[in-house]
Amino acid sequence: MMVFTIAGRELRHLFLSPLAWCVLAVIQFITAWMFLVQVDNFLKFAPTLAGMASAPGVTDAIAAPIFSTASVVMLLVVPIMSMRLVAEERRSGTLSLLLSAPVSMTEIVLGKYLGLLIFLLIMLGLIALMPLSLAIGTHLDYGKLFSGVLGLALVLGAFAAAGLFMSTLTKQPVVAAVSSFGLLLLLWIISWAGSGDARFSPTFHYLSLLDHYASLLRGSFNTADVLYYVLFIITFLVLSIRRLDAYRLQH
Amino acid sequence: MAVPCYVLSKFFSVVNSMSNYDLLVKVDNLYRYYDDHCAVQNLNFELRKGEILGFLGPNGAGKSTTMQILSGNLAPSTGQILINGVDILDEPKRAKANIGYLPEQPPLYVDLTVDEYLSYCAALNRLPRSKLQAARDLAKERCGLKDMGHKLIGNLSKGYRQRVGIAQAIIHSPAVVILDEPTVGLDPIQIREIRALIVELGQEHGVILSTHILPEVQTVCSRVQIIHKGRLVFNDTLTGLTQRMQSTSLMLACRQTPEQAVIKALPGVNDVQPLDNHHLRVHFNADSNPAEIVAAEVLKRGWGLLELTPEHKSLEQIFVDLTTADETGGATPLQERAA
Repeated sequence: MMVFTIAGRELRHLFLSPLAWCVLAVIQFITAWMFLVQVDNFLKFAPTLAGMASAPGVTDAIAAPIFSTASVVMLLVVPIMSMRLVAEERRSGTLSLLLSAPVSMTEIVLGKYLGLLIFLLIMLGLIALMPLSLAIGTHLDYGKLFSGVLGLALVLGAFAAAGLFMSTLTKQPVVAAVSSFGLLLLLWIISWAGSGDARFSPTFHYLSLLDHYASLLRGSFNTADVLYYVLFIITFLVLSIRRLDAYRLQH
Repeated sequence: MAVPCYVLSKFFSVVNSMSNYDLLVKVDNLYRYYDDHCAVQNLNFELRKGEILGFLGPNGAGKSTTMQILSGNLAPSTGQILINGVDILDEPKRAKANIGYLPEQPPLYVDLTVDEYLSYCAALNRLPRSKLQAARDLAKERCGLKDMGHKLIGNLSKGYRQRVGIAQAIIHSPAVVILDEPTVGLDPIQIREIRALIVELGQEHGVILSTHILPEVQTVCSRVQIIHKGRLVFNDTLTGLTQRMQSTSLMLACRQTPEQAVIKALPGVNDVQPLDNHHLRVHFNADSNPAEIVAAEVLKRGWGLLELTPEHKSLEQIFVDLTTADETGGATPLQERAA
């Protein structure tokens, strides 16, 4: 109950500032541009594709690239959205309102996380509407589409959890943004390392945020991939709770 | 038959007040370290219902640290804090439900209106939705925010923001209200209003008030504690404080120059200190007041008595005496008095 109260206030805070609207507009514009380019390309190659035996369908050719691009844009955007969650409250002293209220640290962290997550899911919904609009004119592979949406939702959840944790580490929102961007980018490209080495390559590939997402985009729903994101989110939420507790213990 | 009943009920009320029935805050052996620096050491005190406890001390004495610990914002290094009988470390949620806290810097969301903010605070304190409106209206009325409900907090003046901060602390009518320097930065009229509000709060709640403004303590508080370098150096009721402030000197003013030797020879007079040609300060023992004898003597000699006033030791003097005691090598005799 208290989680929803805090989440509601967090969401309100986002929409009371121009930031949320601005982010929504920019993301929508960029993904719309990508969507048009993909549709255009698909129409150009449609005759060729029609002749091939196992040609990619509309969903593969249009939805997957859009989700893929969106995730990269989100890599930049989520740290900006998450940076204020705790850092700003610490800096302006409003955190003491939460700390002296009868709510637990877990409720505070979950509330803040949920608030941001709801915003990101609104954004995801708007993005998903674009490939979905193709259903008016053609037949879509809903399985693949759902898998892509789920993948992006999990990626956003992971981004938000990491961003929230980084926000608990500092009083400076910008520092939180830069460090969470660094962490996410590192985890995004970590699989580039050790690609030639058979011993480490699987580890790096497992750690990478990108690899698990890529398989979901291909439409292969693998429990291991979903579990990776769930573990990632839980880890960073627990770390955030611990961090807030520690803030009370020492200075 | 009526008399024994009365006696009996009186007896029970005494027993009740002696027991822990109305004990709101109990602090035992509180220590707080920041790395090696000890901000608060060996703090022990209690707060009962209907009391306004003034927490006084110079800057950096550990006032705010203590307030933060009491409100659960900071964990103590060692020691125990019971709020309404509930340990704040063992059951933080239950303990915190009994606390309203206004930090030095009011924790306000500037992008919300007063109504939105107070509703959020009420919800955070687990007030049921049905009681929310009434609680909000009451808090607004008590803090003089009646017409401010739809204003953005960011557009309010400092005084009004302070009031919103206090409204936030009392919205769930907690047993204990902790106010950290609530009148800082307000104009004199606002200060008077806030003080009146604090006195009003003290009737139903227990109030802990931290301040470094001395007259504030005298006008508002029922008990005074002075903290210095993390230690409690004074703990007494306001009546006890007034007794300490009682005079040990008289100010004598005459039209003609009074002779020092004559005054000094009077019984009960310890010392005479000339201030100028017409003024004398007459020191005496606390147990005897020679004002009458001095007046009679002055009249007898025809010096033209203009003024004879007992000089009160101000709270400021007591405060300065206590907080500079250890620099001058003085002991802390008040610690015994506190206990």
